[in-house]
Amino acid sequence: MFPIVQFIQRAILQGTPLLFGSTGEILTEKSGNLNLGIPGIMYIGGICGVIGGFFYQSTAGIKLNPFLAIFIPLLCSLLGSFLASLLYCFLTVTLRANQNVTGLALTTFGVGFGNFFGGSLIKLVDSEVPSIALTKIAKIYKTTLPFADSLGWFGDLFLSYGFMVYLAVVLAIIVALVLKKTRIGLHLRAVGENPATADAAGINVTRYKYASTCLGGMIAGLGGLYYVMDYTNGVWSNNGFGDRGWLAIALVIFATWKPMIGILGSYLFGGLYILFNYIPVSMQTMPLIQMLPYVVTILVLVLVSIRKSRESQPPAALGLNYYREDR
Amino acid sequence: MQNNHTPKTQKRTREPLLHITKRGAVSMKTAVLIRVAAILLSLIFCGIITILLTGDNPISIYITIFEGAFGNAHDTQFLRLWATLQDIAILLCISLAVTPAFKMRFWNTGAEGQVLIGCLATAICMFTLGGIVPDPLLILIMLVASVLAGVLWGVLPAFFKAFWGTNETLFTLMMNYVAIQLIEFFLKVADKSGSNTVGPNILKHGWFPALFGQKYLLNILIVAVITALVYIYLKHTKHGYEISVVGESENTARYIGINVKKVIIRTMAISGGLCGIAGLLLVGGTSHSIASNLADGRGFTAIMVSWLAKFNPLMMILTTCLLVVLDRGSTEVSSKFGLNSSFSDILTGIILFFIIGCEFFIQYRVQFNKKNHAEKEVAA
Amino acid sequence: MKGAIAIELKHVTKRFGSVLANHDVSLQVRHGEILAILGENGSGKTTLMNMIAGIYYPDEGEIYIDGKPALIASPKDAFGYGIGMIHQHFKLVDVFTATENIILGIEDKTKYNLKEAADKVAAISEKYGFDIQPNKKIYDMSVSEKQTVEIVKVLYRGAEILILDEPTAVLTPQETEKLFAVLRRMRDDGKSIIIITHKMHEVLALSDRVAILRKGEYVDTVETADTNETVLTEMMVGQKVSLNIDRTEPKNPIDRLIVENLHMTNAEGIGVLNNISFTARSGEILGIAGIAGSGQRELLESIAGLCHLDGGRILYNDPKTEEQVNLRDKTPLQIRELGVRLSFVPEDRLGMGLAGNMDIIDNMMLRSYRRGHSIFLDRQKPKDLAEKIIEDLQVVTPSATTPVRRLSGGNVQKVLVGREISSSPSVLMAAYPVRGLDINSSYTIYRLLNEQKEHGVAVIFVGEDLDVLLELCDRILVIGGGTITGTVDARSTTKEEIGLLMTKTEGGVSHAK
Repeated sequence: MFPIVQFIQRAILQGTPLLFGSTGEILTEKSGNLNLGIPGIMYIGGICGVIGGFFYQSTAGIKLNPFLAIFIPLLCSLLGSFLASLLYCFLTVTLRANQNVTGLALTTFGVGFGNFFGGSLIKLVDSEVPSIALTKIAKIYKTTLPFADSLGWFGDLFLSYGFMVYLAVVLAIIVALVLKKTRIGLHLRAVGENPATADAAGINVTRYKYASTCLGGMIAGLGGLYYVMDYTNGVWSNNGFGDRGWLAIALVIFATWKPMIGILGSYLFGGLYILFNYIPVSMQTMPLIQMLPYVVTILVLVLVSIRKSRESQPPAALGLNYYREDR
Repeated sequence: MQNNHTPKTQKRTREPLLHITKRGAVSMKTAVLIRVAAILLSLIFCGIITILLTGDNPISIYITIFEGAFGNAHDTQFLRLWATLQDIAILLCISLAVTPAFKMRFWNTGAEGQVLIGCLATAICMFTLGGIVPDPLLILIMLVASVLAGVLWGVLPAFFKAFWGTNETLFTLMMNYVAIQLIEFFLKVADKSGSNTVGPNILKHGWFPALFGQKYLLNILIVAVITALVYIYLKHTKHGYEISVVGESENTARYIGINVKKVIIRTMAISGGLCGIAGLLLVGGTSHSIASNLADGRGFTAIMVSWLAKFNPLMMILTTCLLVVLDRGSTEVSSKFGLNSSFSDILTGIILFFIIGCEFFIQYRVQFNKKNHAEKEVAA
Repeated sequence: MKGAIAIELKHVTKRFGSVLANHDVSLQVRHGEILAILGENGSGKTTLMNMIAGIYYPDEGEIYIDGKPALIASPKDAFGYGIGMIHQHFKLVDVFTATENIILGIEDKTKYNLKEAADKVAAISEKYGFDIQPNKKIYDMSVSEKQTVEIVKVLYRGAEILILDEPTAVLTPQETEKLFAVLRRMRDDGKSIIIITHKMHEVLALSDRVAILRKGEYVDTVETADTNETVLTEMMVGQKVSLNIDRTEPKNPIDRLIVENLHMTNAEGIGVLNNISFTARSGEILGIAGIAGSGQRELLESIAGLCHLDGGRILYNDPKTEEQVNLRDKTPLQIRELGVRLSFVPEDRLGMGLAGNMDIIDNMMLRSYRRGHSIFLDRQKPKDLAEKIIEDLQVVTPSATTPVRRLSGGNVQKVLVGREISSSPSVLMAAYPVRGLDINSSYTIYRLLNEQKEHGVAVIFVGEDLDVLLELCDRILVIGGGTITGTVDARSTTKEEIGLLMTKTEGGVSHAK
């Protein structure tokens, strides 16, 4: 029989980094910034958390304070992805550099940054295997909700995750609500749709772009942190995060820039990612199944553009920089 | 005088400190000077970081970079130099490939996938036809297959862009991962052991011949020819002219009767085809193996190379050299000092940030507000 | 408060690159008055107002509000001073509703509540008699609805100083009257209204005082009641100039281009061209007069093969073969391949007629690069042509390899017109060819058009300056709301007659739904 509960559980675990990434990128793109540096930022978010956790674990000794064990890596991760996003903003918003080029450079830098410090830490501990393990901290990160084990399938499906899985969902909902129901959200959407209009209406375009891009980057960076601290049980290995950052960007298109669809989409993508484990296919055809999220994304992109549905288009000024005195 | 004024809203207003205006004409000399200054600054910055990490003195680090790229006295065969030249050739080839599309303002982020699909087509030919048809014929088939594969990968997003305005940046980006998974699929089929590379032991036929005993020379010559062709194509042919006009303004293109859709599709076919050739060179000429990371991000680096060179093929030779030499040099630094090999990515990133940032100072003039100056003078 | 100075500009200067848009402008606006800013196109009216609205920041000079120096560095600052501007190009977010657009940018302490805002919008609309649906998306709206949203937006904020940039350009006369009534009511309320326009009758009908700008410089401010059209025109264009354009009698005119019953509807299903018919004859200049946006652009573009028509015929009599061909729905390329020598100087010079970042030589090739079977470009002939045009038309440029974007407006136009004439056309269409040009450049263009006429070319000239139309053209076609409202003989008609025809709207249901 198909282990449906276990499959959904694994899909959610697998989809959570994508959810962080896509929520962050949606927030960013709503301001008109197409941040292709998100894959790099997710690496930076991950490694900064690892560095923080590593130093805390090695100074704290055997007994860890659960509060600090969570907050030190969390803060380090947020700080790292904040600085990386800030750099992106400085180059694209203040210096008006091309967004695609800047984003790609940031991804090169970020992936290199993650692997470099990951590799250096591995060397520092003289590990036998090319990875670094923060098992104790990971254990705290993975603490599940009460009754997770005693409520059967309900517990498995809804209560058996570490706090970051819930955080991802909560953040997606918050971003959706902010975009839809608040003045800030209205202003932000205006900036991404038509910055000249937003500017004329007295909205500080630069500030909104900075704020949403930095916040978006920080949310995405949490995806990197979740991946190391929870998904891989605190084991950092170089390039382990793989191409999930790009998948997160694909998810933004799939979700047609709506975070709530992003929640379902990320679990769907997560499910597709691990589907080959659950259906009787040969190892050979596995890559063809892993290709599905990308193919589906392309189809969504094409369909949306052919239907010309006004409500599911990318923000009209996506990828374009704004300069008030341009004539 | 400005200070004792309070607007009726009681809101704090202040005069902008910096005043930014678009430059009218900027002389070639100034532009080059600003860029050179940015590169120098970035090199110094990278040098400082390297010194901090390695504790070595700067001169020895720069020597190490030089030796990493061009070889040292012991390397009498110039193996290093040839390897560097080969790297330059491949990156340059991909950069040239993406250029026509970018000149047309078609943001093709799918060069990686177009190269990989070219690699895959080449590898499939080598795998299925190797030993069955003679090598020269095989190489010819590989050429045709790789170009066709690249063209397909380029034309697909272009077609949707031309007719429905589908966002090409995101479409081409997704096509990369489709190509990667197709390669993974091929790997599983071609090598039952589950290895993530299919190597020369399986792809035994269809290797490019060595010229004058140099196995990379043919690659380099091919890219040299492509460079010249792309330069001429963009600058001196009617097609190249149409690309410039479409990139400049679609309205102008319509006005003089250019079929914009046709130009978009044709240009992406060329871009994709050239990427396919880069894939052919990678598999048939260099590695004789295939893996999903064979392009190694060069499809993305090429975008930056092309953009930094302002889409000028000759300038691209310089930017490619800069990035490749730096990459190989810093790899050498990291191995010599026991740093992680990703060190070179960090340095590349930093240099790119500097060059990207400096474009601002070419396009805009930053002035301190005159009024502020006047006020300061009054205060003094 | 009434009568006191609300806003004052002192010595304001603004440059764009090497272009001086406003030079040393000083100006006052009082509370409870309507001030018209009068000036020709390109006289710097909009730039000046943009500085009050915080879109641009002045390079030099100061702005005083209620006698105190004000720093307006952003539109937000402008709102803070109670300044609201209604731009000529609407600043609306397409995917938002009317209400969302109206409350955009307002940051007060009240809770964000779209429903309450919609009610308030409805209340304002009712008070002033606007017809507006608060929850309608902008992309579903007609042009006049969009303008209504813009005006309500400013009223919603309770602006004290309102700036309107050519608000009537897109309105029907009835809508214009309605707008004027609202503006007068607001003036009586003590608000300051600034209206940018170049339409004399609006100035006289509406304003209390008129400030005149000429080529970026302030000329004078006069009481509307103490002045008249002649005086204002003189101030607007400088000393009373008889244009002294040499107009010759057309020599044996032949029907060259016969346009029959053209119909065109836009994406919103509104008729842009309605039943347009006319004939352009060789050896004469046919003027087209009309309020901006009455279908002139669409008419010329559809003849040039750039727009799809829904009905009608465009017949061209080939002077060589004496055959007649229908140009309707042919692409520009097909038109050329038919041997039709049709030249077109479009309104948007750098965005359509030329490629801004290309140099003069490459721009010369735009029309001719396809010649010959070679796949390569021939740059020699374009180079010769570029040098000839630079010399003949006295184009001021560092060299023929300078990107045209860097040239001044007049020189850009000389390059464009020079190229279009160089192909010895049999039909030459020019849309607003002297807009934004200095007097000397303008005269060069008039001379060129006249030369073409004398060479037997059928010239179609879309203009906005009635004096020029009257002195340059042989016949004038007046277009209003996508319909031909009259054809007059330029030698015997008067400005008043044309002006009346321009605002006549029989059958013109174009703009308002």
